[in-house]
Amino acid sequence: MPIQIIIEKCTGCSLCLKACPFDAIRIMDKKALIDLNKCNLCGACVPSCKFKAILIEKQAGAPAANIADYKGVWVFAEQKKGKVQPVVFELLGKARQLAADLETHVSAVLLGERLEEEIQELIWRGADCVYVVEDRRLANYQDEPYTNVIVELIKKYKPEIVLCGATAIGRSLVSRVAIKIKTGLTADCTGLDIEAQRKILLQTRPAFGGNIMATIISPDYRPQMATVRHKVFPETVSDMKRKGKIIRETFDGNLLTSRARLLDIVEEIESSVNLAEADIIVSGGRGLGGPENFKLVQDLACVLGGAVGASRAAVDAGWMSYSHQVGQTGRTVAPKIYIACGISGQIQHLVGMQSAKIIVAINKDPDAPIFKVATYGAVGDLFAILPALTKRFKEALKR
Amino acid sequence: MEIIVCIKQVPETTEVKINPETNTLVREGVKSIINPFDMYAIEEGVRLKERFGGKITVLTMGPPQAEAALREAISLGIDEGILLSDRAFAGSDTWATSYTLAAAIRKIARFDLIICGKQASDGDTAQVGPGIAAHLDLPQVTYVKKVEEINDKSGRLERMTEEGYEVIEVPLPALFTVVKELNSPRLPSLKGLMRAKQAKIQHWTHKDLEVDFAALGLNGSPTQVVKIFTPPPRTGGQKFSGDTQEVAEKLVDLLRPEII
Repeated sequence: MPIQIIIEKCTGCSLCLKACPFDAIRIMDKKALIDLNKCNLCGACVPSCKFKAILIEKQAGAPAANIADYKGVWVFAEQKKGKVQPVVFELLGKARQLAADLETHVSAVLLGERLEEEIQELIWRGADCVYVVEDRRLANYQDEPYTNVIVELIKKYKPEIVLCGATAIGRSLVSRVAIKIKTGLTADCTGLDIEAQRKILLQTRPAFGGNIMATIISPDYRPQMATVRHKVFPETVSDMKRKGKIIRETFDGNLLTSRARLLDIVEEIESSVNLAEADIIVSGGRGLGGPENFKLVQDLACVLGGAVGASRAAVDAGWMSYSHQVGQTGRTVAPKIYIACGISGQIQHLVGMQSAKIIVAINKDPDAPIFKVATYGAVGDLFAILPALTKRFKEALKR
Repeated sequence: MEIIVCIKQVPETTEVKINPETNTLVREGVKSIINPFDMYAIEEGVRLKERFGGKITVLTMGPPQAEAALREAISLGIDEGILLSDRAFAGSDTWATSYTLAAAIRKIARFDLIICGKQASDGDTAQVGPGIAAHLDLPQVTYVKKVEEINDKSGRLERMTEEGYEVIEVPLPALFTVVKELNSPRLPSLKGLMRAKQAKIQHWTHKDLEVDFAALGLNGSPTQVVKIFTPPPRTGGQKFSGDTQEVAEKLVDLLRPEII
């Protein structure tokens, strides 16, 4: 078995029991015993043991290539309609820190067509080098050609780290790339650091709806790949004095063809501000009483330059479209300010927004669970408080 | 139409609680359910089968108790269940999981469509669906929110994006991952429940699959978890009540410095 308790070292102290997220360890006769039907080999117990009594043996698969050949930190520069997305500038900032720790360079990888200004912007925002692949067939994101091109670029230039936004595009793309390359990919990271000793990437991410955090490594494979949540790292500022290298690549037609065909891109008017990118989100729930009252939420969002969210209850009632739903079966968001109006705060909603920096709750029920996570709570009638807030913000922000 | 739906058994999130004294997850008595997103995958598969006929198979990888999830799927209209359960699969990350599921799908051999939920509610990675498609070299459409048109040759779908949606036409066989907006899952029928009870679930181990043993489970997983910890729980802060204007004024004063 790959996991074992070294009986001579185990004192039966039960620290490992508490560390196990799968309830797979019992103490019998003052020794830890692992239930292999429950154990997921996640490894959480190993560092918890002060006596080094738990061993997980992993036979490292022989890496396909020499790890030392892989150098540099890459950021996938997601673009839509020719515009590089804000999450890319957040990643460039983090990539610069990682590259400084590794004493290496930062590159952006940009696929699309007619991208001149964006290439320049990527350099100003922190890229030492931009790999550019321009082709009509790459103008809009499509899974297959984008996967093929990124795989080829990785094989040719061998980066040690590849970062990508945890967006609809990013998550679809790098999931395929990591399989084709046979390397590790960690989803939805909220923390990235370099382990000083081995110079490897420590990738920290929430699991179980944010109830636990896990730190993950891919020590024997390259590149180390991660998708990163929006709004976790600050955007870099543009420095027009920065200089960088531009490397252009072209690929033959086979790699650029797609079996799936993109027929149309539809933007829904309701979502004037993208929820994932929003700094401020004003969300409404059942307490609004009906679809017409979402106007109060929209008015406040408008004054604050924020996006409109909704609880599952409001979406299921048909008051708002699904694309606005925040929570377990909707979107996960992490804005600077999240204002929950008439949302009671069921756990399924909380897991979608509890990493917001500031949570404001407006609810008439003083015992609503939302107040347990709210930085600021207002107990009262939202039909009075919302218009008052909108009016005062309008004055305060001179909007 | 031959359809394969991949599902995962997960703990019901509402019941994942933190014990404040030990700061660990409380898992005792936690109910296991089918991952919520997979319910939409099952429903869509069953609807397509009702329209086109054919067979629909549900596939999962997990411990022996994951059989319950397969039976539940059968109660909802699925024909057959296959459980991939083997100690050799333990410790699989998304690479090894999608590798193993892809090998099982190769063994099933006949299929027009694979449907997965967009992500599982415990891991939240959204990587296994596209991973299976990559292993099988199939086209994929992720975040499907509407099937506009479909037959056994191709489908036209709406794929949810941050700003709205894309319309994508894809030849079959293909893999879809689906979101909640796609449909409203049905409840099991009495007949379905009876069938689920009696259904014979196939159990496959690595010996039933054409796989490289070294690519399975913990050993085949490029990633490894080095630390699991509970983040400090959020606690409630200041609470205001009373005069509406005063409450609004306080909130504006507190939030103003945070707004650029």
